[in-house]
Amino acid sequence: MARIDVKKTYKLYIGGQFPRSESGRSYVVNDAKGNLMANAAQASRKDARDAVTAARAAFGGWSSRTAYNRSQVVYRIAEVLEGRRDQFVAELRTSEGVTSARANAAVDAAIDRLVWYAGWADKITQVVSSANPVAGPYFNISTPEPTGVVAVVAPTGPLLGLVSVVAPIITTGNTCVVIASEAHPLTSITLGEVMATSDLPGGVVNVLTGSVAEIAPWLASHMDVNGIDLTGVTDPELATSLEVAAADNLKRVRRAPDGEVDWLQTPGTDRLTDWLETKTVWHPIGI
Amino acid sequence: MVKVPERATPFFEYAPAPESRSIVDIKASYGLFIDGEFVDGHGKSFKTISPSSEEVLAEVAEADESDVDLAVKAARRAYSRTWGRMPGSERAKYLYRIARIIQERGRELAVLESIDNGKPIKESRDVDVPVVAAHFFYYAGWADKLSYAGLGPDPKALGVAGQVIPWNFPLLMLAWKIAPALAAGNTVVLKPAETTPLTALLFAEICQQADLPPGVVNIVTGAGATGQAIVAHPDVDKVAFTGSTDVGKAIARAVAGTKKKVTLELGGKAANIVFDDAPVDQAVEGIVNGIFFNQGHVCCAGSRLLVQESVADEVLEKLKRRMSTLRVGDPLDKNTDIGAINSAEQLAKIRELSEIGESEGGERWSPPCELPSNGFWFPPTLFTGVTQAHRIAREEIFGPVLSTLTFRTPKEAVEKANNTPYGLSAGVWTDKGSRILWMANQLRAGVVWANTFNKFDPTSPFGGYKESGFGREGGLPGLAAYLEGDR
Repeated sequence: MARIDVKKTYKLYIGGQFPRSESGRSYVVNDAKGNLMANAAQASRKDARDAVTAARAAFGGWSSRTAYNRSQVVYRIAEVLEGRRDQFVAELRTSEGVTSARANAAVDAAIDRLVWYAGWADKITQVVSSANPVAGPYFNISTPEPTGVVAVVAPTGPLLGLVSVVAPIITTGNTCVVIASEAHPLTSITLGEVMATSDLPGGVVNVLTGSVAEIAPWLASHMDVNGIDLTGVTDPELATSLEVAAADNLKRVRRAPDGEVDWLQTPGTDRLTDWLETKTVWHPIGI
Repeated sequence: MVKVPERATPFFEYAPAPESRSIVDIKASYGLFIDGEFVDGHGKSFKTISPSSEEVLAEVAEADESDVDLAVKAARRAYSRTWGRMPGSERAKYLYRIARIIQERGRELAVLESIDNGKPIKESRDVDVPVVAAHFFYYAGWADKLSYAGLGPDPKALGVAGQVIPWNFPLLMLAWKIAPALAAGNTVVLKPAETTPLTALLFAEICQQADLPPGVVNIVTGAGATGQAIVAHPDVDKVAFTGSTDVGKAIARAVAGTKKKVTLELGGKAANIVFDDAPVDQAVEGIVNGIFFNQGHVCCAGSRLLVQESVADEVLEKLKRRMSTLRVGDPLDKNTDIGAINSAEQLAKIRELSEIGESEGGERWSPPCELPSNGFWFPPTLFTGVTQAHRIAREEIFGPVLSTLTFRTPKEAVEKANNTPYGLSAGVWTDKGSRILWMANQLRAGVVWANTFNKFDPTSPFGGYKESGFGREGGLPGLAAYLEGDR
């Protein structure tokens, strides 16, 4: 008799743990051929708020790690992902119905992107800081600091898309709450398993699965969220309403891109600088 | 410790030392500055008054939607036909010219600013106008060096910038907006505040003197509706605003779903933190500068004094003595420290919040001081016994009113300082270097002044965290806010 395989329950990833939705809801996720892959947790407003609480709690510790340490943790995510690459290739092929070559390319690019951003952790400060030659006897420097808690609507690619938006946010010391691709949420939760075993402190990345239209407005209007990345929002009306809600506490907003993004291209540094504040410090010079 | 007297006995009386008004020629009425010419607006006109005397200074045109549209069209034409195509080296020369004319006409600008705004002449003369010239001089030099700005080999201007500025530093805020925008190759439509339009209109004249091509700078005067028309105009590519957090939020909502780029420089409730090892006399000067500079009409004002409990009595005693020497009165008198409150409306707001401060249990103190009978005045005011729950510890008063709280440990100071939705600035007074750097790291504020306060420079980025807005003005970030490039 053939062995019965053990199927995985896909849950949310909040505060380093994998809870079910407090709402008790789930939704059916089919593979590319229309067969049942799994029931994904359908996150609620309360789950989103719990995730923000976890992200806020993690912010102080994560943002005060040394850049060298954050760099190594992000690099570690790449290492662990490399070790599980076959699993991700298989998941992507099943869920998205892509060829082996395309699935492999996406996994390769996701790993390489993490390595690329890992290297930025202790360099972006040098690239965007300045010593300011003020007209007076003052020491004056400007340095970047993380914005805080960032809410993210992730793009459709559950691995490469998500890594491409999340890695720059956490590399610079921010923490985040991510709404995974609604159509292909499972791989994002599997990626949560990678992050949970990569020395990434719980709460730095939190992943919700479910309806973007339902959850995103609560994150956009949440007064303890400092920024929102609308990259994965495809409905322009929803994007506008989220931006309007974000104004309640003047969140930094990254708008949805104009068209399809080619995630295989090497990104610039704008996703790093989007979530950085500039702090300028003055001190008199004298004897 | 030597007991200091409650009020210092003056060594001598001051004779009046008024700066002459004759250098300024205020016209009876002003039009809008559109496409290089002064034109009549389609809206009504409004009066601008001197807040120190309530004397009507001039009638100023109120730009309506159609006027704003004309201004944006003029800016667009100038952008696509002249300014946007001009080599950066040529743009630079225009900006250098403007900087020089500002220096040449510095006294005139300072006197006019003090008359229209109410700020002391020693501040408009020694701070506002010199820093305005410095801004144009600094950004002029960027105009032909954009490829070195870290935005790729060929960063591009955004197009037409719509800019709305406040009344507290009318000409300085104009410079913060116009200088980087023009250096980057944008053209601008700028609205000065309705209570302080005159120096912006004099600046328009300076643009004419500099032969700046028509339409590069357009000045439209008016109130909130004029500002809304600028922000909402579909052909504006970039919105830059300095002002209240409420209006900033309305602007953020108004541009949602558009392609407009935005920078917002909004309110603040800065903590000015004094540790027990701080040089007390210097700290007291810094506290006074932090809250009484420009009548406290400063978004980054050090309006919350956090003083370490062990030195609170000493600091407050010395502070009171120093406050007793502040001279409130005629803005044009060179000895004046605190001028007039900018408007009746602002005075009412300061009075209301101060009364709330008292009714919520804060102890209010002002030195004995005689206020002029005409105009809008408020004495330098100190509140002690304030807690974090009091409205005067949470809300921006935007006047010469200081709320004092105490703390015991550096950690407590940080928690209290950061316990605000704002995050514009902060001050730290201590002799210990490592503590300064630790505090600077912990404070969630865009500008940290350590052992100094309220210093500004065109090379030094300025702007807030959280609800104090986003984007920076000054320095390279201030230039990047008007450019599109590859990062």
